[in-house]
Amino acid sequence: MTLVVDALSCARGGVPILTGVGFALAPGEGLVLRGPNGSGKTTLLRALAGLTPPVAGRIDAPEDAIAYAGHADGLKAQLSVAENLTFWAGVFGGRDISAAVEGFDLAGLLDRRAGNLSAGQKRRLSLARLLVTGRPIWCLDEPTVSLDTQNVARFGAAVRGHLDAGGIAVIATHIDLGLEDVQSLDITPFIARTERQSADPFLSGGAL
Amino acid sequence: MKGLLLRDLRLAFRAGGGFGLGLAFFLIVTVLMPFGIGPETATLARIAPGILWIGALLACLLSLDRIFALDWEDGSLDLLATAPLPLEAVAAVKALAHWITTGLPLVALSPVLAVLLNLPAEGFPWLIASLTLGTPALSAIGSFGAALTVGLRRGGLLMSLLVLPLYVPTLIFGAEAVRRGADGLDAATPLALLAGVTLATLAAMPFAAAAALRVNLR
Repeated sequence: MTLVVDALSCARGGVPILTGVGFALAPGEGLVLRGPNGSGKTTLLRALAGLTPPVAGRIDAPEDAIAYAGHADGLKAQLSVAENLTFWAGVFGGRDISAAVEGFDLAGLLDRRAGNLSAGQKRRLSLARLLVTGRPIWCLDEPTVSLDTQNVARFGAAVRGHLDAGGIAVIATHIDLGLEDVQSLDITPFIARTERQSADPFLSGGAL
Repeated sequence: MKGLLLRDLRLAFRAGGGFGLGLAFFLIVTVLMPFGIGPETATLARIAPGILWIGALLACLLSLDRIFALDWEDGSLDLLATAPLPLEAVAAVKALAHWITTGLPLVALSPVLAVLLNLPAEGFPWLIASLTLGTPALSAIGSFGAALTVGLRRGGLLMSLLVLPLYVPTLIFGAEAVRRGADGLDAATPLALLAGVTLATLAAMPFAAAAALRVNLR
């Protein structure tokens, strides 16, 4: 199982964002995406997750292998922590949630309503969801937002464990996760340099 | 799929879930109607099938935008789209959850309100039968409308305009079945057509809704 991205171009809302992105990851390898705000990290991750079809190029990954975690936590405020996790475990084939609860220190919060958690606790619950998916490839968009240093370390350990178990992780982040041997990719060179082409021919004044 | 259905039902019944909104609307419309029209029982009996059906339809419409909008806002829809569940199944399960929390209570409440509108006794079985057969179509068509407008702020108005024309066949055949039943005529034909409309929407709408969701998630 590998993740191979070759000459990938992605667009958001009809505007080309990235062109010619390429990398290959083998089991146990992680990739940290770097780049300034608006450079296209989220767009790339959404393309990898299959949410946005790529404009050109190809993404080679086994089917149903990718777990995506975006900016939004995807939690239901009215449900308890345990109910939220159990729901996602059920969607992904009924795995046991105890490892996820332990990995992100959620044991004391299981009966709390997700709506009453702090931002950092919500984030931990959202990241714990990755462990119950059982998916080998993680695509994470700014996963450490609102986490304190202790929990960033906990998250780093979870990623480490995932990679050691033969998983793959693509992470867009600005901070150091304490993972020594992961590759790093600056996506700045791949930013589409076209002058903002409008998707609407009437707006761009082109011949029609 | 069962987990998603249970989650949606649990969310609807918990505080702030919106269960009862449609029911309260249906109750208010039909209770106010005799005050506005006057107490002549003959007039009320004549318009009762139409009022009950329009009330149920509008009550259904009221809660449609919740089918996908809440999941879209908190990011769950992105996660569901990357889950092993096909998006068609997600759309179908969510339409089913909407029917259980909105359509089914309307069916249960309708005989009580029919008494208030002086619907003739012969019409009651047809009222329950036509609403039971017709409300699933309202939820299925509604899920398509909700999927089309999921990314829009205040998309409720646009969704109503998109969905209401599609509701017309269900309304015509549903109300006609009750009217004929109340008049003591044979209501099997409109009921069969109503069932046909419902089956067609149940077959097609999950696919249409999933296609609309895929476009909106880009």
